[in-house]
Amino acid sequence: MIPVKFDYLAPSSVEEALAALGEHGDEAKIMAGGQSLLPVLRMRLNAPEVVIDLGGIASLRGIRDESDAIVIGAMTTHHDVRDHALVREHALLLSKAAAEVADAQIRHRGTFGGALAHADPAGDLGAPALALGAQFVIAGPGGSRTVEATDFFVDLFETAIGDDEILVEVRVPKHTGWGAHYEKFVRVAHQWPIVAVAATVRGSIDEARVGLTNMGPTPLRATATEQALAGAPASEDGVRAAADLAAEGTDPPTDLNGAADYRRHLARVLTRRAVLAAAGAS
Amino acid sequence: MTKIELTVDGAAVSDDVEPRMLLVQYLRETLGKTGTVIGCDTSNCGACTVHLDGTSVKSCNVLAVQANGRTVTTIEGLADTAQGGLHPVQESFRECHGLQCGFCTPGMIMQAVDLLAENPDPSEEEVRLGMEGNLCRCTGYHNIVKSVLHAAGQSAGGARA
Amino acid sequence: MTATQERPGGEVDQDAAEIGKDRRRKEDQRLITGRTRWTDNITLPGMLHLAMVRSPFAHATITSIDVDAARSAPNVVGVFTGRDFGDELGVCINAWPITPEQKTPAHSPMPADRVAFAGEVVAVVVARSAAEARDAAELVDVEYEEQPAVVGIKKALEDSVLAHPDLGTNKSALWVFDSGEAGTGGDVDAAIEEARTNGILIEREYRQQRLIPAFMEPRSVVVDPTGEQITMWSATQIPHILRFALAATTGVPESKIRVVAPDVGGGFGGKLQTTPEEWIAWAVARRLAKPVKYTETRSESLMAAHHGRDQVQTLTLAADRDGRVTGLKVHLDADLGAYIAIVGGGVPVLGAFMFNAIYKFPSYRFECQTVLTNTTFTDAYRGAGRPEATYAVERLMDELAAEVGVDPLEIRERNWITHEEFPFTTVAGLEYDSGNYEAATARAKEVFGYDALRAEQRERRERGDRVQLGIGVSTFTEMCGLAPSRVLGSLDYGAGGWEHASVRMLATGTVEIVTGASAHGQGHETAFSQIVADRLGVPFEDVEVLHGDTQVAHKGLDTYGSRSLVVGGEALVRAVDKVVEKARHLAAHVLEANADDLDYAGGRFTVRGTDQGVAIQELATAAFAAHDYPEDMEPSLDADATFDPVNFNYPHGTHLCAMEVDTETGAVKMRKYTCCDDIGTIINPLIVAGQVHGGLVQGIAQALWEEAVHDESGTLVSGSFVDYLLPTAADTISFDVVHTDQPSICTTNSLGTKGVGEAGTIASTPAVVNAVVDAVRHLGVSDIQMPCTPERVWRAIHAGDGDASTASDAMPHFEAGALNQDPTAGEGAGL
Repeated sequence: MIPVKFDYLAPSSVEEALAALGEHGDEAKIMAGGQSLLPVLRMRLNAPEVVIDLGGIASLRGIRDESDAIVIGAMTTHHDVRDHALVREHALLLSKAAAEVADAQIRHRGTFGGALAHADPAGDLGAPALALGAQFVIAGPGGSRTVEATDFFVDLFETAIGDDEILVEVRVPKHTGWGAHYEKFVRVAHQWPIVAVAATVRGSIDEARVGLTNMGPTPLRATATEQALAGAPASEDGVRAAADLAAEGTDPPTDLNGAADYRRHLARVLTRRAVLAAAGAS
Repeated sequence: MTKIELTVDGAAVSDDVEPRMLLVQYLRETLGKTGTVIGCDTSNCGACTVHLDGTSVKSCNVLAVQANGRTVTTIEGLADTAQGGLHPVQESFRECHGLQCGFCTPGMIMQAVDLLAENPDPSEEEVRLGMEGNLCRCTGYHNIVKSVLHAAGQSAGGARA
Repeated sequence: MTATQERPGGEVDQDAAEIGKDRRRKEDQRLITGRTRWTDNITLPGMLHLAMVRSPFAHATITSIDVDAARSAPNVVGVFTGRDFGDELGVCINAWPITPEQKTPAHSPMPADRVAFAGEVVAVVVARSAAEARDAAELVDVEYEEQPAVVGIKKALEDSVLAHPDLGTNKSALWVFDSGEAGTGGDVDAAIEEARTNGILIEREYRQQRLIPAFMEPRSVVVDPTGEQITMWSATQIPHILRFALAATTGVPESKIRVVAPDVGGGFGGKLQTTPEEWIAWAVARRLAKPVKYTETRSESLMAAHHGRDQVQTLTLAADRDGRVTGLKVHLDADLGAYIAIVGGGVPVLGAFMFNAIYKFPSYRFECQTVLTNTTFTDAYRGAGRPEATYAVERLMDELAAEVGVDPLEIRERNWITHEEFPFTTVAGLEYDSGNYEAATARAKEVFGYDALRAEQRERRERGDRVQLGIGVSTFTEMCGLAPSRVLGSLDYGAGGWEHASVRMLATGTVEIVTGASAHGQGHETAFSQIVADRLGVPFEDVEVLHGDTQVAHKGLDTYGSRSLVVGGEALVRAVDKVVEKARHLAAHVLEANADDLDYAGGRFTVRGTDQGVAIQELATAAFAAHDYPEDMEPSLDADATFDPVNFNYPHGTHLCAMEVDTETGAVKMRKYTCCDDIGTIINPLIVAGQVHGGLVQGIAQALWEEAVHDESGTLVSGSFVDYLLPTAADTISFDVVHTDQPSICTTNSLGTKGVGEAGTIASTPAVVNAVVDAVRHLGVSDIQMPCTPERVWRAIHAGDGDASTASDAMPHFEAGALNQDPTAGEGAGL
């Protein structure tokens, strides 16, 4: 319950944070909202010598409109993402998924960028970010670079963020007017999703984007399903064949909550339900 | 050691703390605010819930240094209890038998206050979802949910049930 | 929300009789404002803090322990291993050897040579702060030689790998009851043979998964050796038994020991234990002559505090073609874990008397084989033995109903004891004093809307709905109010089952009562005040209830087994009656009247036929002044009473549950739950409802969510609240809790009450599983292993009998995440 001792740095700008990261390198750990990091430190499963807290960097917080995209600061809380008018209007799927992250207290502290950088395959935001084609703006010693969602998630708990870099914001292309649904399957409410499906659709159904949570070491995009959904009617039968493709190419884990084959089955069923809900047909 | 200055239950406090000290440990061990308790080590149980700048957080999941310059309210500062005062939510928990052993109760009450601040007239389902970050082992939640709805009814003239 | 029996916001009617009044609890003012005394809140001058070093292996010999680095860490005061203490460390006791031949492994609180489960303490670090103790504990270097571990009942029975090689076997004891041999019934084998040819035979194997009590307050212990008495504060259900055990095993005279259970945050049997951690803290405090504190983390609690249930039940039910049961044969294999805890071996035996439940079974045989494994030791968890028995018989009755082709309630009615037949001696040899199963069932059916839900179920089946509806029945009874001391003696239990109470009228007229029961959430302060207010006629507010401190409550046997009200409450009634008799004598003296001419009502003695009188509270002041009292009495209005019950009591009820099953995913959802419990006289309906609600959810959680899983090496996979799934408010519903209009009064205590603490838990598990199975029985399903996870339900529907157990290669989610947090990697961002 008591973390190993560490030094605490609270930079007030991204530059300061990058400098601190440069100085302490491997010994440092970045803390965003801390909602996944602190449990790990309390259990002594990780013991950084330095914790760099981004909480004091005001520029990392907030959501803005930028022509064809909305831009979400990495330190924006789940609570704020869920409720923000720009998110609801242009990326409804993110609002729906943010509402499903953990619980109210965690959503008050946990951050959008922190959760994505943590890259837990059972995290709720990876699949919707992937489905929406988010772009990740990463700052490093040599300046900023932008990484496409498809390249951002590398492996279990591993992203494209370099050891000397920090995720500063996420650009989410506008999906204005798209229906959205995040279908999360759990045994009890405070559990990580066994499987979840993030679906957003234009019309019923002109175009669809589908992301899968916890169906492999990284969030996955159900591309075969998406292609099959284009032009499909928003009905059980219309969507069924496309949804049945959702588990293609997935590599789900086997654990206390379900074996891999069961998760594949869930992915197909939940995809159908999520797409229909997103299309307003359920 | 890092120096922190903050307001806890209306009083300004100042201490040198180790950066690794959790807010809940600071409240309990340094300030003697033992009304806030620790029920788990994975941030599932919510027993340590307090308000940080007016919104609910799990105080095991916040470092004391992160509360520097901010305002913390615990179960002990929710109402002027020294004068016999009770917050309406505290009153409701007593009225509706929303507690048995009482260990989860401070966290439940603090979360319920936050929930009602955001949604003054919740349905039963909204209460249940809003309290999903707090575990209780005694009550089966039945009377906790009833307590929150009762408190909403007291202040908003009738909760939707 | 549904709230049939509830009066939200209702004001307490000051004029109503105290018994039966829904008084708001006296306890709550402190608890809702954070003015609490949990053990972990206690801080004493010079107090030192302990951190435990625990074995990561389930079975290993300890080759060496190097404590030098830990000892020289900042502010460390001492580091101790099992070798540093001799007899002063004491031993952990098993108070209930169930047979004379029982094989009982030696259980040191901190073994020096060999560990037998993962989580066992091998060293303790003492430092000036808890953080420094934890830091130094990481520096203790223990070398282990890992031994093969035996995990699971079936493996244990093979005896190929031994949990304790010195015992030569994993089989600890075989306990048998046979109605033919006992003379309480016929020969079950004959009944089975008859049924095989001319009747119905139901043969099943049910598994009671391992559970963790998971009280919300982690265990904590403080020991202060700096006075004449050594004081231990502990988050325990059993301060008196703890004191006795400390004296019996550590050589400190009982009179030199004070044990205090301050505010205790739930127990459910999980704190009915004398723990290694308490013994270690005791030894360290005595050695260092300083106060010490140890508070476990939740992960430590889940791994090292005792677990519950864990049985395999092999069952044979014989019946005639009409579904009248002719015999039941039960063989249990029960996993005790690595050691036999205080009543660990006895838990399944408590179930032995309950497999026949509310039914008139003519023959019955029960065998229980206890086994040892390299896992956390098991012991009482809410219901202790009786939920397992109730689950088995109530599941079997549903199977029998399906076989006969009648409604599950109909099959029960054909077999249950009718209300005219009480008192009824059962095939297990118990005498049920009262009950009315017909009335409870009728009321439950009505409130539940049984017929309408059955109609909806039929419609959904006919339509082939994706979501099917199932209705589960559980007509439970239990034996509680532990326990008649002579019965316990006959079962070789190490103590009695009486309870003690004291009543003291104080000089100012208020009343102090002391009970040997030790509440940890049950509301004794309120319910006992109501009893005294009713019986003594003093205001409710004038009664103060003291408990949980052996220097205050000098005699007691504590709280478990739904005993506090029915045993402790009766002791209280008897002590009150003694005080009234003393007061009557004094009143006669004061009023210059004959004692026989005095009436006592409303706290006042009056001379019959006159308006002369005196209040008992005035008499208390007179007794205190002692200026004028009869020659033949002592000047006090105090009395003690010890009550030893002559029988258990037998609450019962009919629980009805409707579950929706999503046949596509296997997900289950509770639709409605109604229970009508008959618990005799109700002292406080508000508290009773609370006990039932909480009990229900614990039982429902066994049916649907909770399971403690060890992997093949003996590591607890469900080792945190991330993986041991307690339900939340979002996973549960509001319940209909009702009672019959005419309760069956208990005849063996003067209050007429029966226990209620365990009822909900005992009843609800089979009600839920019966409902889940009922929802999909038409799809060819006749059983689903608990907990009924979506995966298990789905496989039962779609793959017949596919076993969804995936424990052996499972990784807990929490650690899976943590392990990938390379401590040396400076990842770009965390959450």
